[in-house]
Amino acid sequence: MDLDALAGCLSSSACLVTQTTSGLIIGMLLFLVAVGLTLIFGVLKVVNFSHGAFYMFGAYFAMTAYQLTGSFALAMLAGAAGTAILGLIFERVFMSRVYGADVLMQLLVCYAFVLIFDDVVRIIWGPEFKAMGMPAAFQVMPLFIAGGVVPPYYLLLIGVALVAAIVLGIGLSRSRIGKVIRAAAHNPGMVSALGINTGLIYGGVFALGGMLAGLAGALAAPVRSLTPGMGFSVLIESFIVTVIGGMGSILGALIGALLLGLIRSFGSLGFPLFTEGLMYLFMVIVLVSKPTGLFGKEAA
Amino acid sequence: MTRTRTPGISRRSTLALMGAGAMSFAAPWVARAQAKTIKIGMPTILSGRVAQLGTSSRNAVMLEVEKINAAGGLAGRQIEMVIRDSKGQPQEAARVARELVNTDGCELMIDAEASSGAFAVHEVARDLGVFCIHTNSETSSLTADPKQHIPNAFRTARQGVHDSIVGGSYAAAIAKAKGLKKWATCSPDYAYGRDTTAEFTLYLKRFAPEVEIISESWPKLFQPDYTEVVTKILQAKPQALYSCLWGGDLTSYIDQANIYAMFGQMEVFAVNMADYTALTVVKNLPKGIHSGNRYIKTFPTTPENAAWGDAYKAKYNEYPTNWSWENATAIMLMAEAAKKANSADGKKIAEALKGLTIKCPFGADGTVTMRGDDHTLVGYAIGWGTTIPQEPYVPEVKAGDWKTIFELEAEWKKSKGYT
Repeated sequence: MDLDALAGCLSSSACLVTQTTSGLIIGMLLFLVAVGLTLIFGVLKVVNFSHGAFYMFGAYFAMTAYQLTGSFALAMLAGAAGTAILGLIFERVFMSRVYGADVLMQLLVCYAFVLIFDDVVRIIWGPEFKAMGMPAAFQVMPLFIAGGVVPPYYLLLIGVALVAAIVLGIGLSRSRIGKVIRAAAHNPGMVSALGINTGLIYGGVFALGGMLAGLAGALAAPVRSLTPGMGFSVLIESFIVTVIGGMGSILGALIGALLLGLIRSFGSLGFPLFTEGLMYLFMVIVLVSKPTGLFGKEAA
Repeated sequence: MTRTRTPGISRRSTLALMGAGAMSFAAPWVARAQAKTIKIGMPTILSGRVAQLGTSSRNAVMLEVEKINAAGGLAGRQIEMVIRDSKGQPQEAARVARELVNTDGCELMIDAEASSGAFAVHEVARDLGVFCIHTNSETSSLTADPKQHIPNAFRTARQGVHDSIVGGSYAAAIAKAKGLKKWATCSPDYAYGRDTTAEFTLYLKRFAPEVEIISESWPKLFQPDYTEVVTKILQAKPQALYSCLWGGDLTSYIDQANIYAMFGQMEVFAVNMADYTALTVVKNLPKGIHSGNRYIKTFPTTPENAAWGDAYKAKYNEYPTNWSWENATAIMLMAEAAKKANSADGKKIAEALKGLTIKCPFGADGTVTMRGDDHTLVGYAIGWGTTIPQEPYVPEVKAGDWKTIFELEAEWKKSKGYT
């Protein structure tokens, strides 16, 4: 424990700015992955253990597109669109067959695809790690805000994730499609009886979830190394986020992810040997005091 | 001969399907074949995150074995490599090693495992008495600790303590010249990271006693994001940073530290940077990172080394790794020892190998020696230099001094109670 370092940081604006933005970056990327997970669970009632693979594919798609075109915007687009299509196919062909099955069956299908997707990446891109590289536009000196260091690329990253959060939040609560999705989550039989194609909605939601994870992977690609199996590490943290925030809650995923990011960034100062443990401890505290998570609804 | 053999093979293949009964028939045929070829077993990591290193070990071994077979083989016997994947799991490595000897009839062994697996295979070698060269484990105690010592096992990998002595003295010289007193460390949180960092700082402080470690970070192995580690180090404002992160973890770390402009704010010493696996992957490699040599074809700066690196690249379309040269050296030493003993017998090779010095592209002075008393490789090229973003990546490497290494190594062994 190094509480002096933590206290020292909290009393210095430079440190506070740097660590807070660092927490936001970690949190926002995590949010993009976790929100897809929570959305799929909320509507489809399946726990998508293969969700990390979409993050991985997003990163690889973005890297390939970037290498081919040299355009960062196209790379992001390829990461998001590619995983959306992949999500749609995966849901329609495989996941839709196990909706009624028990959790173990769903888990097995997802786990099988974790292994299959990893091997697919290995076959296409090779087993060795890769790096996409930072686009030239972002290879600039970091900004100094109140003495704290903030890289411009991370500002973009936070911005994109924030826009995704807002669009998602408003879209689900205000738009017609959002209302249909929520209705389908609540009572799919009734929605279907009203002449709405629930299969399409399920596929769409899965594609949306995959796309968000893919976008996270694409955004992370310039700063994280790409390897087969890279999805697994973010998957576990995404689960912690959804458990803390409440399975199925988008606001919960946002708050959970940001809290986790801040725990990591400040925890590494105050509790350098217990940063990981701190995350799990926080999860335990939330679970004990509110088993459905911070924003989870009581089971119907 | 032909008349008796032809039905023998077909009978064997038929009976093999029927199970165990076939074994007794097959055995004499296998024994006859062995008179010509000699099988060398090799457990290594061919799948998972470290697969690239295992593959590069296999490539290097095959490159050398082809040369030896073309020149007549190991004491007249053609070498047949039997290479199996251990998936990087120690228990699997031990099982594979045992199977290679007992079932496949391998008479010699190349143990191309990382440290955790190497200690497991070492126990198999102790148990079966098979001749074994550990090619990749850098953990010093594998050969330094007399409790580990067995007459049939050797090591051709670089040794952790050698690297620490050279790295410590190199870093201390720069620390003194540039007045770097405040240091931070950032290394992966497992045995290798902890031990290597401790040994490096031990020698750094020994050569430059005014150095102080003001911040330590221990990210998890294979952690995807290092932002909080990067910013923590920036807060501590050290003058220099040491890291033994490696592979994809190191490249992630560099990309993430780069956008915080960390490399302009402190001297960075990353022992595992100068390996082609990392050098060729990082897109925006900062100039001036200090690194130990892993494998680089420009150090030692000899035509032999450059030719070896190019031959490997020509054959496999990528550059060799640190594990490549270590494995190639094992085959080179084995061949010379067999020549000296005029036998492919493991016991005789082991006897001939003790204290053997051979010409080698990876030697500091063009030769390497298998030290007789602790069965570990010495005299290999070892040094530190600074990076540039394009080939040759590390234009100048300052070679370590083997005399100093030997002195301090002896002292270190004494302090550990090994001698």
